[in-house]
Amino acid sequence: MSARDDILARVRAAVITDGAHLGDAVAAQAPISREYRTTGEHSPGSAEAVEILVDRLVDYRAIVHRAATETDLARTVGELLADARSVVVPPGVPAGWTGTLGDGTAVVQDSREDRRTAAELDQVDAVLTASRLAVADTGTIVLDGEDDQGRRAITLVPDLHVCVVRTEQVVHTLPEAVTILAAHPTRPQTWISGPSATSDIELSRVEGVHGPRTLHVILLG
Amino acid sequence: MSTFLGFPTRRGAKTLPDGGTHHGAPGTTAGPGWADDVPHPDAPLRWGETFPEAARQALQNTQLRRNLAHATSTIRAKRAAVVGEVPDWEALRDAGSTIKAHVMSDLPHLLEELERNVTARGGVVHWARDAAEANRIVADLVKATGETEVVKVKSMVTQEIGLNEALADEGIAAFETDLAELIVQLADDMPSHILVPAIHRNRSEIREIFLERMGDAPPDLTDAPRELAMAARAHLRRKFLSAKVAISGANFAVADTGTLAVVESEGNGRMCLTLPETLITVMGIEKLIPTYQDLEVFMALLPRSSTGERMNPYTSLWTGVTPGDGPQEFHLVLLDNGRTKALADEVGRAALHCIRCSACLNVCPVYERVGGHAYGSVYPGPIGAVLTPQLTGSTGRSDPNNSLPYASTLCGACYDVCPVKIDIPSLLVHLRAREVDQDRGRPTAWGAAMKAASFVMAKPGRFELAEKAGGVTRVLGGSKGRITSLPFPGSRWTDARDLPVLPKQSFREWWATDHAAHEPAPPASPEDPASPDTTGGPR
Repeated sequence: MSARDDILARVRAAVITDGAHLGDAVAAQAPISREYRTTGEHSPGSAEAVEILVDRLVDYRAIVHRAATETDLARTVGELLADARSVVVPPGVPAGWTGTLGDGTAVVQDSREDRRTAAELDQVDAVLTASRLAVADTGTIVLDGEDDQGRRAITLVPDLHVCVVRTEQVVHTLPEAVTILAAHPTRPQTWISGPSATSDIELSRVEGVHGPRTLHVILLG
Repeated sequence: MSTFLGFPTRRGAKTLPDGGTHHGAPGTTAGPGWADDVPHPDAPLRWGETFPEAARQALQNTQLRRNLAHATSTIRAKRAAVVGEVPDWEALRDAGSTIKAHVMSDLPHLLEELERNVTARGGVVHWARDAAEANRIVADLVKATGETEVVKVKSMVTQEIGLNEALADEGIAAFETDLAELIVQLADDMPSHILVPAIHRNRSEIREIFLERMGDAPPDLTDAPRELAMAARAHLRRKFLSAKVAISGANFAVADTGTLAVVESEGNGRMCLTLPETLITVMGIEKLIPTYQDLEVFMALLPRSSTGERMNPYTSLWTGVTPGDGPQEFHLVLLDNGRTKALADEVGRAALHCIRCSACLNVCPVYERVGGHAYGSVYPGPIGAVLTPQLTGSTGRSDPNNSLPYASTLCGACYDVCPVKIDIPSLLVHLRAREVDQDRGRPTAWGAAMKAASFVMAKPGRFELAEKAGGVTRVLGGSKGRITSLPFPGSRWTDARDLPVLPKQSFREWWATDHAAHEPAPPASPEDPASPDTTGGPR
């Protein structure tokens, strides 16, 4: 018998007792309870939801900026990347976002079809991306690998991440976010809540280990 | 140096007839600046002495207790704060608990569904009955790539199967990349906590370990946590950038989409899950959740319970292979290794609901004092005490794992904090009963003691004689008034707890004297301050 068939047979033997399927008994005793909140008080993109998000992001040492328009955004990007010698961008980032970058900052393109190696990305100072959505309650930004967010490696290897979140992408609670993400569950996702951190030494938190040590979030709109 | 990174040597281990491994007393393998390494055992779910013996030794280590008290109290406070801000926390726990119950009942179907979805997205699913089979599969997969080095994301299940040691035997070096796992691996030690494997180490010990074993630690390294973390970053960076094969565990596997999830903080997980060409994920068959939507429950429960954060810094979700993004070869190894045994126990199977948050360890008064190594398993603490003996089964009366269900005061704090509401105290009692039932019909010290007591108590004359003999206990107890060590069979009691000496005067003697003096006056009220008996009565 293959290991697969053997294990499945053991599992079936374990959950089917006295000819009755355990599932029936469990369903009768305790149906799945879903009494938790599936929406928050604040509607997606509301000022209140954005305010909570900012509070959570700051708490986790992300640096938050506001940009009312794409012009403001480009100016902020230019300021944040003034010292960066290079920035990698995925193909779907609007050209305007990098429009104010100085001559000293090279723009490196990366896409699934034209990939930079890890060693090449290690030589890049920064990365600029959009995002799929953000969760106010937990201070979480989700990237799902679409063209304006890029391959997972580009938001990982460079030491500084400038991430743009449109305010209408901010939902209050996690269930609202999961519902949106469930439309494309098989996209490779990265959920980011502040810069990388460790608490492995006496549980004292140190920000910035292997992922980008600096996370700038620009709220657009 | 007795070890090379990635090739930990097994020392002081001898194999017992029952297949388990006992090692000598801790403290024999320490490096220069740190103490009490636990050498790598052959059986990661059964090592060391029985719990009481291991606990007795651990309790003598004041440094360990200081480290643990500081760490567990810090994380308890963090957890309480972030759980307190969730208005529907109890509703989320109910959801987590009932979803997991359904997973167990529907496991055959869900496993097949997961396999189908992972395969459809370009992954390859393997099945392993036990640790040896899983290690064989992983070693063969690594060899097929032609590589001799792999990077690893912290994973309980690969600890459980002793994967690093098995790979080392095949000439493959496995590099742990989680900071705490790195500390444990460099010190050639064993983890002592599910979430923070090096919780038993303080910063100065970690500095010593890095300086002695890391090879490229800056010589002027201080013990500031930031400096230590940066040393680890620099040390691992080249490994990440050049690694061709990574090995991970999984926090969740979504049956209806084939999506795997790894929850982490440092970014080492993302490095391993993203940069290499080949990814091998090993997971226990119980880690399933039915639907993608269920992540809204478990991703709310896990980080707050685990690190005391609203959300952990990084969570990676991937489904099979994504062309052009991440590893282009993905293998999923589904492991039984005793889980179906636990599943067959109608009460005990609830231990399989565990999502490895470690909240129960942090609140446990026993864990806080003895630390993780005393449990002799990679799964320590309250959940370890119910999970470990079920995964291994008992090899007989001398199995040290038989003592694990007693490693608790049944205070219930673990149940209160469990995000999926595993009733650990009830499971402990259930497993204690199972252990006692094993001994039914056999002569035991407990049975002999009960028989003797029944003989003595059957006749007043015999009882009186026995009371007089009780004076012997005062001699044994000496000035402490406690007996800490008796010869067999009394040792069965005193091994685990002290025995108070019997008082000078027995109740019957006191009654006789007291009533002779006061007849026919009624007994004095205990509240009466004038009562002449308050000093002469029984203690």
